[in-house]
This record gives sequence, structure tokens and C-alpha cells, in this order.
Amino acid sequence: MKKLACEIRGLEKAFGPNKVLRKIDLDLFPGEVTVLMGANGAGKSTLVKILCGVHQSDGGSINLFGKLFRPKKPVDAFNEGVVTVHQSINDAVVPDLDVASNLMLDRLTDKKAGFFVSEKNLRIESEKIAEIMGLSFDSKKPVSELGVADRQLIAIARAMSRNPKVLILDEPTSSLSAKEADRLFKLLDRLRSTNVAILYISHRMSDIRQIADKIICMRDGSISGTFDQKPLDYEGAVTAMIGHKMTEVNFKVSEKGKEILKLSGLKLDSDSADINLNIYQNEVVAITGLLGSGKTQLASILFGVKKQFSGSIFLNGNKYSPSNPMEAINLGVHMSPKDRSSNAVIKDFDIEKNLTVPFLNNYSWVSLLKFNALKNVAKDTINDLGIVCQSENDEIETLSGGNQQKVVVGRWLLRPCNLLVLDEPFQGVDIKARRDIGNYIRETSINRATIVFVAELDEALEIADRVLVMNEKKLVGEHMNKNVDINQILVEIAGQSTLSELSR
Amino acid sequence: MTSEFGLREFSIKYGFLVLLAGLVLFFSIFASGFAGARSAVFIFQSVAITGILALGVTCTLVVDGFDLSIGSVATSSLMMSAYMLVILEQSAFVAIIACLLMGAFVGLINGLLIVKMKVPDLLATLGMMFLLIGLQRVPTEGRSIATGMRLPSGEVADGVFPASFLWIGRHRFDVFLEKLIPVPVIIFLVVALIIWIFLELTRHGRLMYAIGSNERAASLAGTNVNYYKILAYVISGITASIGGLLLSARLGRGDIASGNNLLLDSVAAALIGFAVLGAAKPNALGTAIGALFVGVLLHGLTMMNAPYYTQDFVKGGVLVIALVFTFALTSRSRKGGH
Repeated sequence: MKKLACEIRGLEKAFGPNKVLRKIDLDLFPGEVTVLMGANGAGKSTLVKILCGVHQSDGGSINLFGKLFRPKKPVDAFNEGVVTVHQSINDAVVPDLDVASNLMLDRLTDKKAGFFVSEKNLRIESEKIAEIMGLSFDSKKPVSELGVADRQLIAIARAMSRNPKVLILDEPTSSLSAKEADRLFKLLDRLRSTNVAILYISHRMSDIRQIADKIICMRDGSISGTFDQKPLDYEGAVTAMIGHKMTEVNFKVSEKGKEILKLSGLKLDSDSADINLNIYQNEVVAITGLLGSGKTQLASILFGVKKQFSGSIFLNGNKYSPSNPMEAINLGVHMSPKDRSSNAVIKDFDIEKNLTVPFLNNYSWVSLLKFNALKNVAKDTINDLGIVCQSENDEIETLSGGNQQKVVVGRWLLRPCNLLVLDEPFQGVDIKARRDIGNYIRETSINRATIVFVAELDEALEIADRVLVMNEKKLVGEHMNKNVDINQILVEIAGQSTLSELSR
Repeated sequence: MTSEFGLREFSIKYGFLVLLAGLVLFFSIFASGFAGARSAVFIFQSVAITGILALGVTCTLVVDGFDLSIGSVATSSLMMSAYMLVILEQSAFVAIIACLLMGAFVGLINGLLIVKMKVPDLLATLGMMFLLIGLQRVPTEGRSIATGMRLPSGEVADGVFPASFLWIGRHRFDVFLEKLIPVPVIIFLVVALIIWIFLELTRHGRLMYAIGSNERAASLAGTNVNYYKILAYVISGITASIGGLLLSARLGRGDIASGNNLLLDSVAAALIGFAVLGAAKPNALGTAIGALFVGVLLHGLTMMNAPYYTQDFVKGGVLVIALVFTFALTSRSRKGGH
């Protein structure tokens, strides 16, 4: 029987009325990589933040090698041997300092360290760490000259210099290429052999296949599945993570109109496969896939935020290649981006101003705003979408997440368009708001084409006439939303079809 | 609970105006000669030029930028107008147009540095400030420009400040009283009105506020972020050159040393403006009132025989209090609102 490194029992956490963690039980063993999977908002990051001392739990216990562990601040967690490497690498390294100083940063902040820095000792110590970790860098090179992967490895090496018992990696490969990720995995193999317990958070199936000893899935604040029997059941893990409780929806499928959008031989990156796709008037198409499968990249290309690597796009039969969102909007392509607080919500504005910001042209006379027209259109949208508020002049930040989302989706429906693109329109919204938004999108879907990018399968099935599956930046499946074979979709999402080529 | 909340709301919204009214009342009672039309006009006149500059810097603050070059644009405009009139012997009209174009051009360069070259706003405009301070001294080899001055070549300059040019700095309109309201005050009020209309009533102003609050969201809503950012610096450059022209017309000479305090005074006015009506953001009305507030305070204190060297101390005090009003009170109420 292996000795437990970390034992979590009945862990609970709520933010206000929101229960984020509901009695989580989790075991981490030394020398084992436990992968934690979960969609956005499943509670993964809250769990990590409790483990590394940023948040405190409301209930339950954590035991570290049999000792109660209750960090009040990040330093407590470090000192107890729980070290976290966060997702944004640049928070973990100081770009202007050289490799040696970066590796030794923690030694420098140590209160017991002397006042003067001994350049020589610093190098000797840092080279020791680098050697143990199998890194070969010029220790005098500034980190700013290194690539993302090298920075990631340095951040991990730095974490290892604290001799952690538990190492938490939060989506370490999210900005790495496949080749760079391989280097990371080699390092992880080395760490595994030194008996560190590793909690690895990721969505990338290709990572998970290579590294996981055990998979834990989270959904809505609970553990929805534990998989530790070899060979690991990857499909089952994806099912547990995404869930597929069919929700009763009845909508009438509209008659398909003319072709609006055509993607022809579109490549997102140099090494990704061609995407060919036709989208028609009146239909709502959902494109689903895990985080990092290329959904947001495709949405950004359609809206002129990014450029495709190669291939072409046609809108109403004409070549379409917008160089910025302004051009896209003028050609009748609207997009509601994901991550509303950074990409969509204008914090200083009230509901009315947030709603009308893209189309002020329509509500002004020689640049002078028509305040009555603005007020009326805001009131109409509030009614149509059921935005819960006192008036159209409520500050946007006083609204709940669902109502904020209604505002930022609603702004794109003020004017008819050829193509409406919605990237994660149900992110961080409650079930009621999700229904309201979904219904409104379907009600207004006549005379335009609609593409909805969602990671959650049941959201796709709730809104779409046609469901497409994306995996590793290519389209791997297409299903009409009628008696769909959910298991088949789940296999496609997990990318089982590519398993053979990966294990080659 | 509600009464406490109501009091805080009230003090955020009207606190600064109440303070202003209180000051006026205080000085009216205790400083003889403070209350009266001529005294009021004097206050307006004393803040007209800094007020105009402050309105320009407000536009850059709206797009979450900052323009440190306004003071030096104003003095460049002062020197340039004097040079055009006295040495190049141009007409008042040509001199004015040239100065306005210079201001717009400097603003354009500032904007391009910030938007295209990705230089941080403070650094870009700081560099521009230095550049202009140096540049404006080159043509006259560091000397001030006055009618009849001797040129480096030994000749005497024949040009003069024409009456039509001096008019914009010195003429006073008869309103109720003879020769009451000077032209610069009218221009200040007109610029304030134009900037207010632009920021509050047009879609351009609305989009500039959107950029200042969340640039990425504004861009994803189809706003031409770069265009509006550059526009803000162009407006700031033009208003600064207007300020310089008025100073030149008032002084009637190209005084190399004048306008030293313009930058700090106008930035202070714009920042004090955050506190007016609880806006907690840059706004034209607040800036104008912020400038007046400083004017009232300095004029009143001067009439009560406060020495001139305490002026900067007083301005600094007002600024700090206004910033506390803005940031401490409003942020607390926003958190409390949830």
C-alpha cells in the first residue's frame, strides 16, 4: 500500500451564494501524476487556489502526509512543500534577469539570505539545480531571450528548487507546441522518479495520454469521475467532464437557405489539417471541442482578429478576408467573444451604453447621439432577452454574470447580419440565462447563419441544428441534431481516432 | 444604514461643488472686494489658459492616455507666433493658422509614437516635451522675441505684434459693465463647450470612453482604437497651441520663460475634475470646474494677503484632496453596491 501524499476530504468552498466546491475527495500519491480535468467553471482553479493558500476552504480537510494542512497564505503552502506553477508563465519568471537569478529567486527572497548577492555562489547553486533537472541553459542568458517552453521549464525547475512534496501544474502546455511539450514530459518523468506527487491540470488529451497515471474529472464543483485502471478510459473521462445529460429541447428546424459562409482548405496553423465547411442561411451550427482544439482561433479568423495560415473564406460567394473587426462588421459578420470581462464588458458603462457600443452609427445624427433612440433600443433588448435590472442605466458591474452575458450577446443582435458568431456564449451563466440566450438566438436565426462555439456538449445539443466536432485544429465529425449518437461525438471530442497515430 | 449610504452618495456627487460654494462664500465674507463681477472675471481670466490646456489633456485621459507635452506645445506655440509675426513679418491670421497646425502635428506625432511605435504614453510625451523645449530655443538662439529686437545677423527685426493679434489676448467685451469680459475667457468657455459636446453627446466621445475603460472590448466591438487614440492627442495638441497663442497675445512678446507652470496646473485641473459630480473619470465639465476651483482659491487667498510662494502648496493640497474624494470614496461605494 502506497503512502498518501495528500488527502483531501469533503472540501467545500462558496463565493457568496455560489457553491464552487461541493465536498471534494481527492488523493495524491508520491511518484504519481494525477490529471485533473474539468470544463471552465467546474471548480478546478478554486481547488488549486485553496491548495496553494490563495483561498481558504469553508469546510472539509486536507492532510499532507498525515498532517493537517491549512495554508493561510501562499508562503505557508510553500513552506509545507506544496508548490504551484501557474498557467501564465510570465508570472513565474523575471524576464530581465538571467537564468541563474531566476532559478535562485526564492533563495534571494529568503529572509536568512545575506544582504549582498554572491554572483559566484548563485551560479554554482543554480547549475546544481539545472543539472538535477536535466536542463542545459547558459546560466548567464537573460530569460527574455528564451522561448515559452524554456521559461516554463525554468519555472518548474525553480519550483523544484524548493524540494516540494506536492507539485501542482496548471495547464502547463497551454502555450507550448507538441515538440516543446515533449521536453516538459521528459522533465515530469524525471520528477515522478523522485517521488513527488504531481497534480496536473489540463484539457489536452494528447498530454493526458502521455503523462497521466490517474485521471480525476470535475464537473459543477464535484468529482464526476475517477479513472485509475490501466489502460485509462479516456473516453469515459471526457464524458465525465463534459456530461451529456440530455435536456429536453424542442425547436423547429428551419428550412436551410442559401450558402452564407464557405471555408475552403482553411489551415489554422502551419501543421494543422485543412478545414472545409459550408454554413447556410437560417441554420444554427454548433462547433464543439475541448479547450485548445482551435475553436477560438477559428472564431477570431472569422472576425478579422487573426489571420489563417492558408486557405480561403467566402461570404455570400465573395472572397472574405477582413483585416480587423470593423471590416467584418461592415460586411455583416458579428462576433460575441468569449471571456466577457476582458473581451466584451466595458466596466465604466451602464447597460444601455454597453449594448449600443458597436452600432452607435445607427443611433446618431451627424455624430450627435440620439439619446431617445438609444434608450428605446436598450429597453427593447432588455425586454426581449429578459435582462434583470432596475433600468437601462444600471451599471453593468451590478448585474449577475448571466445578465451581463445577455447584454454583450444582445449588442450583436441590434442590427441584422449575414453571419453571427458566438464564442462560448454560455460561459459563466446560470441555467435560466442560458435558456434565455439560447431561445433568443434561435428565435432570431432566420435570414442569417449562426455559428456557436461551445466546449460543453449539452450546450451544443441545446441550441444547434447541426453539431460539428473539432479536435486538434481540424473538423473530425458532423452530426445533424436529431437522434444523435452521443457516444460517437464523445469519441470524436476525445480524439480517439488519433490515438493510434499518437502512440506510434 | 440607508442614511449613511445616502450621505456618502451625496458627498461623492456634490461634495466638491459644496466645497467650491463654501469657498466662494467664505472669501466673499472675509476678503473684501472678492464678491463682484470684476473679481469673478479676474478668476476666469486667470484660469482660462490652463483651463484650455486641461480640456485637451482630458481628452487624452479619456482614452486612458496622458499628454505631458502640452506645456511645451503651448510655449512652442507662443514662441512660434512671436517668430512668425516679428521676424517673418507674417499676418496675424497666418501666424495663428501655423501655430494650430503645429499643435495638431505634434499631437499626431505623439499619437503615432504611442499607437504605432508602442511607446508608453508617458514616455512618448515626455520625450516630445524635451524635444519641443529645446526646439523652441533654436531659431532665436535661446533669446526671447520682442518687437524691434536685434537679430543674430545684426539687423533689427521689423515685424510687430499687430493689433488684430493682440486683440485675442487683450480685448474686453462690454457686458453690463464697460470692458468686462476678456476674449480668452470667451475662448475658454467655447472650447469647454465644444469638448463637452464632443465627449458627452457624440458617438466619437462615447467610443473614446469605451476605449479608456476596456480597449480590447472596444476593439472587438469594431471601434477603430488607433484612430481615436491619435485623435485624442491631436485635440490635446491643438488646445495646447490655442493656449500658447492666447498667452502670446496677452504678453505681446515671445517670452522664453513664461508658461513654466502650465503643464502641472492644467494636469491638476483635469485630475481635480474627476471629483466633480462623482464622475470618477475624466470629463470636460469637471475639468473646467477643477480649473475654476484652483482659481477661486488662489484669488481668494491672495486677496487675504497669502504670500505668492504658498500657491503651489495650496494647489497640491487641493489636488490630493480631490484625488482622495475620487478614488477612496467612489471605490468604496462601488464595492458596497454589490
